[in-house]
Amino acid sequence: MSELSVNHLLGIKYLNEDDIQLIFETADHFKEVINRSIKKVPSLRDITIANVFFENSTRTKLSFELAEKRLSADVINFSASQSSVKKGETLIDTVNNILSMKVDMVVMRHPNPGAGIFLSKNVKASIINAGDGAHEHPTQALLDSFSIREKFGDVAGKNVVIVGDILHSRVALSNIFALRLQGANIKVCGPKTLLPKHIETLGVEVETDLRKALNWCDVANMLRIQNERLDISYFPTTREYTQQFGVNKMLLDSLDKEIVIMHPGPINRGVEITSDVADSKQSIILNQVENGVAIRMAVIYLLASKIK
Amino acid sequence: MSQKVLLSSKEINIILHRLACQLLENHLDFSNTVLIGLQPRGTYVAERLTKILKNEYGVKKIDVGFLDITFYRDDFRRGDKTLEATETKIDFLVEDKRVVLIDDVLYTGRSIRAALTAIQSFGRPAEIELLTLIDRRFSRHLPIQPNYRGRQVDAINEEKVKVMWKENDGEDIIYLIKN
Repeated sequence: MSELSVNHLLGIKYLNEDDIQLIFETADHFKEVINRSIKKVPSLRDITIANVFFENSTRTKLSFELAEKRLSADVINFSASQSSVKKGETLIDTVNNILSMKVDMVVMRHPNPGAGIFLSKNVKASIINAGDGAHEHPTQALLDSFSIREKFGDVAGKNVVIVGDILHSRVALSNIFALRLQGANIKVCGPKTLLPKHIETLGVEVETDLRKALNWCDVANMLRIQNERLDISYFPTTREYTQQFGVNKMLLDSLDKEIVIMHPGPINRGVEITSDVADSKQSIILNQVENGVAIRMAVIYLLASKIK
Repeated sequence: MSQKVLLSSKEINIILHRLACQLLENHLDFSNTVLIGLQPRGTYVAERLTKILKNEYGVKKIDVGFLDITFYRDDFRRGDKTLEATETKIDFLVEDKRVVLIDDVLYTGRSIRAALTAIQSFGRPAEIELLTLIDRRFSRHLPIQPNYRGRQVDAINEEKVKVMWKENDGEDIIYLIKN
């Protein structure tokens, strides 16, 4: 077990348990590196990485770019809004043009599920999926599990509830795969309209009562209501959603035990969680962001070492 | 495969004591000196030397750290395997300190080159010295020589020097292995 079983990171679905452990152990070392006074290592100085974003992103894009730079890779950034994609260029053409500039790795976010898989079959470069529609967001799930592992020492046997819009969430799907691989117990919680049918077949339990779910869990991962993906009305009003599925300090304090709050960001403050929860001691939201850089460094390092 | 004993436990012990004395001669009370063992195998030498300096020569406090050089190596993507890192543990600043890098075997010098780069991430040392238990003569790829050496050996490229420690391998012994 000293290298990944895959050449691309397209989704957690394609990883095995050993891959996840290897990524975590490598990320431990990078976390130490990014806390040094000089936070950069020269490993990837002969690697060029293109960040290709067909969808908006702040955190993920910054986190990837920082991870790449801390590894000394050369980085080029591309965002669809300012590109020839608007003129009708296809995905393969766009990426092949970027690759002909001698790029070794592509980090891609795309609104269509499976875009990364499609690309990996058609172009010669290592592909990292930074989110493909409502499909997967593997590095987010890895950093979420890494943060749980950091907090509790282990992910196995922990009770994790994922709350919110499961239907449109790539974070939820990747998290379910990742947590299952590591032996955590998972519940999903949200309005029935936002829970996919047959989600139980993925090995999770459904709970529609937030208080019950919170009393059961060690960790609550609060998802954002993705207004941009809600094509029809899935719940009457945001206010009603917040009343039923939002977490506030009062609710948190009334639980039987102290639970850990996570959020993949960006937060809609006052909708899925209130400010006093987001900024409380129980929240590890900012740790997640720090761990994101270490996890992405690990993934890039391990994939780059397989580029021959 | 044949193997020959290069140094016995007794010889290793004598050499470690000599190296400790040489360090003591140059660094006195170690108030401005830090010892950095290179991961994975240099850490054993660093720990042994520290123990001798503290227990037998009465040095009160020595800062000892472990440095992993994996991310600074110059052979990334050049072998078949992914280079796996080990722990770095340096809980002090090396700024303006006299640093002694410690490794078990000096061979091509490439690890030391990586270590010289890596240590810069923890500050700008006043000076850096190198201590190795075994110095494989005539096999350097880079102009790097130790300040303190345990034993110089002539070994051809096909041969391997294997250093074993009681803590890890059951006994202190150094072999020259021929394939």
